[in-house]
Amino acid sequence: MPDEVIDCRGQRCPLPVIAAARRLPQLPVGTVVRVLADDPAAAVDLPAWCRMRGQEFLGSVKGPDGPAYDIRRRH
Amino acid sequence: MSASPVYLDAATAAPMHPVARQALLAAFDDGWADPGKLYSQARRARQLLDAAREATALTLGVRADEVSFTPSGTTAAHGAVLGGLAGRRRVGSTLVHSAIEHSAVLHASERHVAAGGTATGVPVDRVGRLDVTAWSAAVRAPGVALAALITASHEVGTVQPVAEAAAVCAEAGVPLYVDAAQSVGRVPLPAGWSVLSASAHKWGGPPGVGVLAVRKGTRWESPWPADEREGGRTPGVVNLPAVVAAAASLRAAAADAAAEAARLAPLVDRIRARVAADVPDVEVVGDPVLRLPHLVTFSCLYVDGEALLHALDRRGFAVSSGSSCTSSTLRPSHVLEAMGVLSHGNVRVSLHRETTEADVERFLGELPGIVAELRADAGVVGL
Repeated sequence: MPDEVIDCRGQRCPLPVIAAARRLPQLPVGTVVRVLADDPAAAVDLPAWCRMRGQEFLGSVKGPDGPAYDIRRRH
Repeated sequence: MSASPVYLDAATAAPMHPVARQALLAAFDDGWADPGKLYSQARRARQLLDAAREATALTLGVRADEVSFTPSGTTAAHGAVLGGLAGRRRVGSTLVHSAIEHSAVLHASERHVAAGGTATGVPVDRVGRLDVTAWSAAVRAPGVALAALITASHEVGTVQPVAEAAAVCAEAGVPLYVDAAQSVGRVPLPAGWSVLSASAHKWGGPPGVGVLAVRKGTRWESPWPADEREGGRTPGVVNLPAVVAAAASLRAAAADAAAEAARLAPLVDRIRARVAADVPDVEVVGDPVLRLPHLVTFSCLYVDGEALLHALDRRGFAVSSGSSCTSSTLRPSHVLEAMGVLSHGNVRVSLHRETTEADVERFLGELPGIVAELRADAGVVGL
């Protein structure tokens, strides 16, 4: 289970990525954040951001709240 | 006051070649009659059409009777896919295609699937190059009617391993269709294909002319209602003045292609290097070496693609984007998605015969400031 959920539903690209980029560094290393984002670009851009920033993309989840993406702070 | 315009979207439509303009105007006087009729005006029109076909076939390295002119590159792509599938429906109903085909090919594929057929998409790697191992497995599977591979990506410029893919197709007895829209008139064509499509406005011809080439011996059947014109491959009378202009400009573009590629490729290399060096948090995508000479793509982290296009337009720069906010469907580019690269803040720059070094320098000089300003406005500096 994620330690924290960021709700970006209704936000267009690149806002979900910006939200993740703002929040993740404020949390301890190892924290898992779930980003709720219904913009289809989030499925591409959140893994790409993790790769560019050296953070860990754990995968996507389809739940009752729509598409969600789990990210772990690695450094 | 707006800055002097710098058009950098040749991959969408290249500015019309002067030869195309001259040929178009001349053919309006001389080539308006229906080439299928039996009077002198028609015979003149027929001569022009035959000459256009001969010249185009010569450039493509095929026989004249293998070439048909279509009302657009999109129509040619649709015909290539649906006709290639129809011609081999007794063998099977599977279309194999790369994940990075042009949307015209993918839309034809969707039509095929909706009608009960199947389609297998083959992945690409991070630089947008076909996974040949996966392609081989897909093409060798039973029931494959046609395989489709773009010669080089229209979005990121990566040249595809067409020769390798064609060898696999030949071994499996599967015809290969290549969408050569970004290659014809710019770079040498690969060998080994059975069906090819191209689009005149990509090489400096007028809009509204496509080319469909079907090699002799290929089992291809027109997917359209019957029509005897253009070898029975595409219905309707051709736009003859535009076809004449397309053929004339193709000959001119092909004659200059090697010199233009040698001039533009270093400018593309310069853009790749300078964008990566001068713009923070940018991802320059596509193969750095095995690429088209005129096209380069990059994505700027945290920047809205639509805002970036508008900001560039206000400074006089016309570019394209694969970001979802710039598409009518609000979906990111399927090409960037298949590559797994950043899709927002995306810019595709494509050069042409009128692009100067000064144009490129002005773009490179202004881009970092434009991106920095957009990031400052969005409050994302330092993220």
